[in-house]
Amino acid sequence: MTTKELEKFALEIRLATVECIKSRGFGHIGGSLSVCDALAVLYGDIMNVDPKNPQKPDRDKFVSSKGHAGPAVYATLALKGYFPKEQLLTLNQPGTNFPSHCDMNKTPGVDMTTGSLGQGTSEAVGLALGDKLQGRDCTTYLMVGDGEANEGQVWEAAMFTAAKKLTNLVWLIDWNKKQLDGFVSDILEPFDFEEKFKAFGFDACTIDGNDVAQLKEALSKKATDKPIAIILDTVKGKGVTEVEEAAGNHSMNVAPEVFDRWIDEIKGKLAALEA
Amino acid sequence: MKIVYNGEKDSRQFKNVIGETVEALLNEDEKVVWLDADLMGCSGTNKLYGKYDRVVNCGIAEANMAGIAAGLSASGMKPYAHTFGPFASRRCYDQVFLAAGYAKNPITMIGTDPGITAAFNGGTHMPFEDVALYRALPEATIFDITDVPMLQAALKMSKDMPGVKYIRVPRKDSYQVYEDGAEFTPGKAVVLREGGDGVIIASGIMVHEALQAAEKLAKDGIEMTVIDPITIKPLDCETIRACAEKTGLVVVAENHNYIGGLTSAVQDAIVGLPLKFGYVAVEDKFGEVGPVDYLRTRYDLTDDHIVKVVKGLK
Repeated sequence: MTTKELEKFALEIRLATVECIKSRGFGHIGGSLSVCDALAVLYGDIMNVDPKNPQKPDRDKFVSSKGHAGPAVYATLALKGYFPKEQLLTLNQPGTNFPSHCDMNKTPGVDMTTGSLGQGTSEAVGLALGDKLQGRDCTTYLMVGDGEANEGQVWEAAMFTAAKKLTNLVWLIDWNKKQLDGFVSDILEPFDFEEKFKAFGFDACTIDGNDVAQLKEALSKKATDKPIAIILDTVKGKGVTEVEEAAGNHSMNVAPEVFDRWIDEIKGKLAALEA
Repeated sequence: MKIVYNGEKDSRQFKNVIGETVEALLNEDEKVVWLDADLMGCSGTNKLYGKYDRVVNCGIAEANMAGIAAGLSASGMKPYAHTFGPFASRRCYDQVFLAAGYAKNPITMIGTDPGITAAFNGGTHMPFEDVALYRALPEATIFDITDVPMLQAALKMSKDMPGVKYIRVPRKDSYQVYEDGAEFTPGKAVVLREGGDGVIIASGIMVHEALQAAEKLAKDGIEMTVIDPITIKPLDCETIRACAEKTGLVVVAENHNYIGGLTSAVQDAIVGLPLKFGYVAVEDKFGEVGPVDYLRTRYDLTDDHIVKVVKGLK
């Protein structure tokens, strides 16, 4: 896809994400919006997946260890054709296949169940190790939140990834600077993610995680003897001004007309892009 | 099922049996993976490390190991993961619960040195609560290993069973109860001895104590039925209820806290039946260090204590 096509796809994912959350009236909007560009590039350009055959063993896999980015993941999968887009509007309704946190047994295309923070990292390691042991030529992409990196399990999994040279696992850190209670740097200063991952034995870099061209370039790189970690410098709530500016934007509960204002903002950007 | 119990120690050590059985499974099924957390020397699998790429040492990181096991399962492999009992249960409970149990990725967790068999590793390493944790995990299967044939069978059958399997097994001595090559069914108890005066339901290392107690009681004219549930979950409630109703007296014997383990499971199974009930189990205490023989007495997990409890109920 061209840069413009990827930008359009990212806006479409944002639009569907906000519509999805609007259907229930509240949800994890900030951390969903920060990863939309990465999802657009992964599913639009990088990953070998087949929406008609979501369980194809040698598909590339995606694990959102920050399980609360579910709405953005569901929006991406709907737009890719895994299921009808209208189903997004059942988010968190009784009996839904679209719970707050990603569930591999409920949503077609979701490769791993996550929600208890930190756990998706080890699960992704297991997926990548299993693919390697079974001789499959495919890659697992792992999305980890910056607040999530408070969890010790993240670093256990990172150690394992580099020590066992799991080069078919790509780590993405959504460095959106905020967690539920406030700024990551105030709650538990993570220091320098890039230097940390380098020290752990990764080939690490930092890019603008809301820039599809930079994402495409970084994700197109093949790992050599070290696994790749990409620190995504992102904005929590990216793409909706009021969400970006809100002090607490981890989970928001607003009136339908507010959601409509946000939807109009994204629609305006889409129209501008297409003009 | 042929019972070969003669009260003498088996010359085979559990940990050597684990190593041999796991190697056979690795050769038999290319999907089998063995994960360990820097305790391969304790699980008898160290000679497999480097020989098979499906034998992976995860280092001292049990939560990560449990998550990796779940991920391997999702990719189509059949993982076994070993560490000491406390770390195979409470240390990685959320990982086993969510990544394997809730997410329906079948894995087998092996927790060695259950209860007092942790001996010289002491109270920090002595799980009296592991069964309670795994009982609270939906769709889990719990094997409290009695002898070598049961260990071999549990390892083999766990490979293709759904859900989370938890195998709690000492690393050293045992008394053979079942014939070599014996086959078991999860949720199907084995009646080891029949008597009309009461029933002792015992698992793991307490099966030997229960059989010894039954011998001693028989000398006093008290004939006991002895049952090994094989799996604490699912529990063979039908067999237990039938024996309980027939004899009117039930005593449970387990190497675990009486809260949440076999004692609780049996109570759930017999609630409402008019009968006398007792147990021989850890009285809601933490573990402590010492030789197994000392700990057996310290926590009253002996044949003599079973005799005392049975006689106290008569």
